[in-house]
Amino acid sequence: MLEIDVALSRGDFTLEAHLCAPTPGVTALFGRSGCGKSTLVNVIAGLLPGARGRIALDGEPWLDSERGIAVPAERRRVGYVFQDARLFPHYTVRGNLLYGAPANTPRAFDDVVALLGLAELLGRRPRALSGGERQRVALGRALLAAPRLLLLDEPLASLDISRRGEVLPYLERLRDAFAIPMVFVSHQFDEVLRLGTHLAVMDAGRVVVQGDLASVSLAPALRSIVGHESVGAVVEGVVSGVDADALATVAIGAASRLRINAPGLVAGQRLRLQLLARDLILATEEPRGISVRNHLQGTVRAITHDAGAELVEVDIGGASLLARVTTEAARELHLAAGQPVWVLVKAVSAGAPLLT
Amino acid sequence: MWGFGETELAALGLSLAVAIRAVAINLLPAVFIAWLLTRRRFPGRLMLDAFVHLPLVLPPVVVGYLLLLLLGTRGPIGGWLDRQFDIQLTFSTMGAAVATAVMSFPLMVRAMRISLENVDTGLEEAARTLGASAWRRFATITLPLMLPGVLAGAVTAFAAGLGEFGAVITFVSNIPGETRTLPLALYTALQSPDGDATAARLAALSLSLGLAGLLASELLARGLRRWLGK
Repeated sequence: MLEIDVALSRGDFTLEAHLCAPTPGVTALFGRSGCGKSTLVNVIAGLLPGARGRIALDGEPWLDSERGIAVPAERRRVGYVFQDARLFPHYTVRGNLLYGAPANTPRAFDDVVALLGLAELLGRRPRALSGGERQRVALGRALLAAPRLLLLDEPLASLDISRRGEVLPYLERLRDAFAIPMVFVSHQFDEVLRLGTHLAVMDAGRVVVQGDLASVSLAPALRSIVGHESVGAVVEGVVSGVDADALATVAIGAASRLRINAPGLVAGQRLRLQLLARDLILATEEPRGISVRNHLQGTVRAITHDAGAELVEVDIGGASLLARVTTEAARELHLAAGQPVWVLVKAVSAGAPLLT
Repeated sequence: MWGFGETELAALGLSLAVAIRAVAINLLPAVFIAWLLTRRRFPGRLMLDAFVHLPLVLPPVVVGYLLLLLLGTRGPIGGWLDRQFDIQLTFSTMGAAVATAVMSFPLMVRAMRISLENVDTGLEEAARTLGASAWRRFATITLPLMLPGVLAGAVTAFAAGLGEFGAVITFVSNIPGETRTLPLALYTALQSPDGDATAARLAALSLSLGLAGLLASELLARGLRRWLGK
């Protein structure tokens, strides 16, 4: 467990963050630019003097103002991957990788080089690398320092879309191959969906909501930050079967089955998908003669007014979905908490599922 | 006219010896002061900054006079050196080097500061997260990356040190073979009725040395920047 309860004032910006992140696990810090994500990461790393409060990793304090503890950054053993890579220009890739590595770790070196595909680059200088390659080297350098915690401050933000696609799979491999807890800063919700296991949403220097992805995806505090168009419940499930028409059945929670149109899935795969609220349809009785593949029975749990429409949270048994309907529709259907409804989900609107 | 005699060679040799010693005296303190002025915030920083730059604006004669007061055998520091270590700076080559060092100190600090200001503190932070102590960060990141400035400062100060006149002649006088460097020899030649040819040769020598020094500084800095991967 990474426990954080810190305060820091810089000019007219105040950070007051309370966060509990599971270890191991990938905690995504999500929020708009300027909300304090990077500041919080720098406080965790110990790079900002003046932070007060408490930070502890697995019970060991890094900062405890009351007890006068403040472990300096160089002794916290955090692997920090900066937005701009920050490779040492006068070292080769090999020199950069080994800078923080404890002596006599040839196996770790070979493993990391293989994992991140760096063998070809070892003799080069950072100047001769592409943006994506730089981030991979920075990732390798952080990993080889044998960190107890990896901090990634928007490692993809400085890359264009195709370079991001080049680095993301490596981040996923990293998450799966090492049991190092990670704190990952992003303002792109699709990155959070791909990498995160835990999500903390920040706004104006505070963590406004935190928890596992599925529960935070329902939180009202997230809505204005991801943008109302992108609001949607995140659900996780296991592929229970795939039929000939590229229609896969996904078991969600205890009782629900969702059929999605996604070629290439194999039974047994665990996946995560986001069902956008604007794609979902609510009905008070089961419709017939309709192309929509999923008719899920559920119960309205809550209705909130959001950006000129109603966001309806529906419990489908072990998972919750969000549907955006007009205020008029909500009135005509007499939607209210506790009411049984049908949620209609098109198999083709599930988007690309992400394997977890 | 261009045949160099003993006067010219002695003056050249002395100038080189003085300039090299001055650079050697200044190198470490200049790196430290440049680092202090660039990377630290402390009360009195502006004052220190102004003090370091004083030799640039003071008449060299004043610097020589102040050195005489402080480091002369009857001065507080000079007297102590004399009693404790039997070292007399006045009228000696070492004294000329000290006067030259004081005069060229701001040149070195300036060049190093410009270079240090261009070293990204983010790289030092990155080294810090990788477990590097303050010393290791300085030795492996900061110092190598500011080397072009250290080098440029050293070469510029060396070239300028070959020709320091006012402070040297005031502090250590004009003694052949001891403190008569190129500019002092040139001045002496100009004072004597048949010294025109010698003066011209010494002036040409100073000119070529200065030019060579500045060119060498630029070329070295370029090579170094390439080596540093910039």
